Formats: sequence, C-alpha cells, structure tokens
Amino acid sequence: MSLPAAAREALDAFAACPGWEQRARLLMQWGERLPALSESERSEANRVHGCESQVWLVAERQDGHWRFRASSDARLIRGLLAVLLARVEGLDSAQLQQLDLPDWFNQLGLARQLSPSRSNGLNAVLQRMRELAKTP
Amino acid sequence: MPITSPWRADFPGILALAAEGQTYLDSAATAQKPQAMLDSLLGYYAGGAANVHRAQHLPGERATRAFEATRAKAARWLNAASVDEIVFTRGTTESLNLLAYGLEHLFQAGDRIVVSALEHHANLLPWQQLAERRGLELRVLPLDDHGQVDLDQAASLIDPRTRLLALSQLSNVLGRWQPLAELLALARARGALSVVDGAQGVVHGRQDVQALGCDFYVCSAHKLYGPEGVGLLHGRRQALQRLRHWQFGGEMVLQADYQHAHFRPAPLGFEAGTPPIAAVIALGATLDYLAGLDAEAVAAHEAALHAELLAGLGRRDGVRLLGAPQVALASFMVAGVHSADLAHLLTEQGIAVRSGHHCAMPLLKSLGLPGAIRVSLGLYNDGEDLARFFAALDKALELLR
Repeated sequence: MSLPAAAREALDAFAACPGWEQRARLLMQWGERLPALSESERSEANRVHGCESQVWLVAERQDGHWRFRASSDARLIRGLLAVLLARVEGLDSAQLQQLDLPDWFNQLGLARQLSPSRSNGLNAVLQRMRELAKTP
Repeated sequence: MPITSPWRADFPGILALAAEGQTYLDSAATAQKPQAMLDSLLGYYAGGAANVHRAQHLPGERATRAFEATRAKAARWLNAASVDEIVFTRGTTESLNLLAYGLEHLFQAGDRIVVSALEHHANLLPWQQLAERRGLELRVLPLDDHGQVDLDQAASLIDPRTRLLALSQLSNVLGRWQPLAELLALARARGALSVVDGAQGVVHGRQDVQALGCDFYVCSAHKLYGPEGVGLLHGRRQALQRLRHWQFGGEMVLQADYQHAHFRPAPLGFEAGTPPIAAVIALGATLDYLAGLDAEAVAAHEAALHAELLAGLGRRDGVRLLGAPQVALASFMVAGVHSADLAHLLTEQGIAVRSGHHCAMPLLKSLGLPGAIRVSLGLYNDGEDLARFFAALDKALELLR
C-alpha cells in the first residue's frame, strides 16, 4: 500500500529530524496546518477523552472512504493529530483496520507519545478510529 | 552556594535515574527508596519467607517478629499511644475506604460529612460514595487565596449535624499545611469524628498523632521512602473500637463456625488475609533509616530547595503558582501556554514532573484550570536538579512562545 502524499511528506520531514527540539518545532508546524473545527464540531459527542488536553475527532465517510478532522487545545497534540490524519486520510474501513498506527508513530520517531502512561489522548483517538473502522 | 544533598548517595534509584539523564522531581507521587530498604526486602526473601501470625516454626516466628517490629516502629514514628493503634493496610486509599465502610453504621440519613475543597480523590470519593449510600450531606470547606481552608467559613459549615470531618494535612497540589489544630478543635466541639489524610504530610517532618488529636490518621509507605503496597491507619483506641469489620478472611477471626463468627479487635481484625510481609518489614528498615537522619538538617535542606524552587518560578514571566506552597512542592501554570504542551517538552528533556489534575479534579476545576505542572521534592534532590529543571523550562517556553 503506497503512502498518501501527506504521509510521505511527514515521514521525510520527521525522519530528517536530528533531535527532540526540531521534532517539537515540526510537530507544532504540522499542528498549525490542521484546519480549525467549528464551535459546533467541538461538541461533547466528538470529544475524545484524554486527560488534561481536550481532543475532538470528526469522522465522516464519503463513498466508503474516511475523512477525519481533529483538533485539540494543546499545540503538540494538534501536531500529533496532524501526522495521524495525514496517514489515515481517504482510507476505507478495511484499510483503516489493517493499518498499524503505533508503527506509523514509530516510523516518525514519535512512539513514546503512545506509551500507556501518557494521558495525552492520542491513544484514545486511535481507539476511536479502530472502533469507527469496525462499523459496517 | 549550590544546594547539595548529603543523603542522595543513599538512594540508588535517584542515582540510576540521573545516570539515565532523568531528573526526578515527582516524589509527591512516589519516592525513591534508600539502600537500607532494598537490603531489607532482599534480606527477607533471601533469608527464607514465611507467613506471619500463623505458624510456630522458626521461619514463621522470625517473620512475625520482624513484621510486628515495624508496627512498633510506625507507632513510635507517629507517636501513637500504643502499637495496637497501628493497622497495616495497602495504602492511604485503602485506609480511607476501610474507614468509610467501617464507620458506615454510625451514620443516619441527613447526617453531614465535611471535607475540604482540596482533597485528593482518595479522601473525597469514599466519603462521597458513603454519602450516596446513606443519604448524607457532603459539605465542602472552601479555600482562601493561599490554598488554605478558610477557618471562618469552616466554623459555620462544621455544625452540630456534622458526624465526620476528613481533611488532608498537606495538599498534594497546593503544598500548603492546613490549619488542623483549629479544624480538629471544631470537629471535637461538634462531637464529630476526625480523619486526617497524612499521605503528603507524613513525609515532611515528624507528625505526632497524639498532639494532633485526630481520631484517625492515614498515610502510605511508598511516599515516605518505603515500599508500595503498605499503608498505615492510625486510630485512637476508642475510635478503633467504633469500626465495624470490613474485609473477612484468614487471621482476622477469633472463633468461626459455619453460620457465625467472632472477630479480632484492631489491629489484626482489620488485616484479613496474608499481608505484604516483605514490604512491611522493609518499611521498618526505611523508618530506621529515617530515624537515623538529622531531622533538622533534613528540614533545612527541604526548605532551602523549596525556597529555590519558588524563587526560580517567581523570576519567570507569566508563571502563576497554585496557592502559596509552603513545603515539598509547587504547582504552576504559565499564561498562554497549555500545561500539556509544557509537560510534553519537559518530558522530552528528561524532566520527570507531574502534569494534569493530580487526582484532585474538583480542585483544578474550581481554579478554572485544565491542569497544572507539579514539581515535587525529596530529601535526595539537590540544586542541580532544580537547575536542570529551570533550564528545561526556559527552553520549553522559548519553543512554545
């Protein structure tokens, strides 16, 4: 399965990162590219419960393909969401189910953001995506 | 002059973390352990394990003696009137749940339980749930700007219908000693039982349960440089006598037949099943270690570190402290910066601090904060730990602003 263009771009950019500082800057830049969600989209129904940062995930399916939008009040989480969405954009449910999302973050050098002691909500977003992918 | 800790080398954990590039400033969550405790843990298992209170054989006798020696050391540490006033539990949380179940029979619908606005979930939820079970009113004492229970309001809120007052001695978020003498006097005057959550307070200075005059005092070993899985419940003799048994099983029973049983009084009546023997014995080793330290020197060291922490935070633009911390820790947020972002970048730099709601969601909500960063200190921390923290904080803020 070939990578979506945005995912390829993320992989190239993060793979070239020499350290935590550049990675953090890059994450924040990617976060700024996320289109803002409207007030009504930042609803309780779209909220994914992490811990201290709020995360919203809006999922729509067009012709069998998923279109996700997401946001957070924390900047680095927005960056993590942006690189996540870059990878899953346009997949159908079968593709989404097969995708190894932790491995995606691993490839980007961001695996620690998914460690079980983290409360940043990213694990919860992945969980929500897996559940959505199972819906027929 | 840089602040150094003469006790740092006694704690292999802090040295190992430092060698790994980790600056550990989360001792209010759990503390590193002295070598003496590790030796004791290994010594017990390596020397031959045995169950306590049950066997007449030599290994069992040896284990029981060591186990009960910790009870005596804990009683001395807290200046309890008697060793029989010390019950071993799994931790502060279990101690508080034991109380909420064991005292339940004393409450009737409409009675009041009073807690403060800063309680850790462990000293809120057991009482909240008891209130729901029994139709009680749970009252919450408000705080002043320093993060201390407001005594004027407490005087009217703790009224004759108050049956129990449950308070933290030292807030795990605000780092402020609570005015226990006044509040406990109010409870006594109303005939209410009193419970003090000493999870944080017990770590900083010696506490004297007789001088405090509370009915129950609870704490955990793991924050006091001891092992996990052990907590203390101190109860005055008369207060312990009012507790109903709550967990049933081995060793807490005097006489049992198929339909009925009679139970032991405290402490063993509240220690059903095999206790964490090694951990209890190891807590004894920790208490011996701590008792051997120069208490004044420890207090002076902790005060100097804390002053440096507050001064450094105070010098940085936009930093806002939660309350006015007096010891051990400081929680803060930075204007215009999400604490989750700050936590992320501190973690990247090997700074182990806590971020979030610190198990006190209602308190953080009442302050209007989604979370805060907490830096907390142990006696092994030194000025270099703080210097590394501040350098990382500056770097993080530079990136985020």
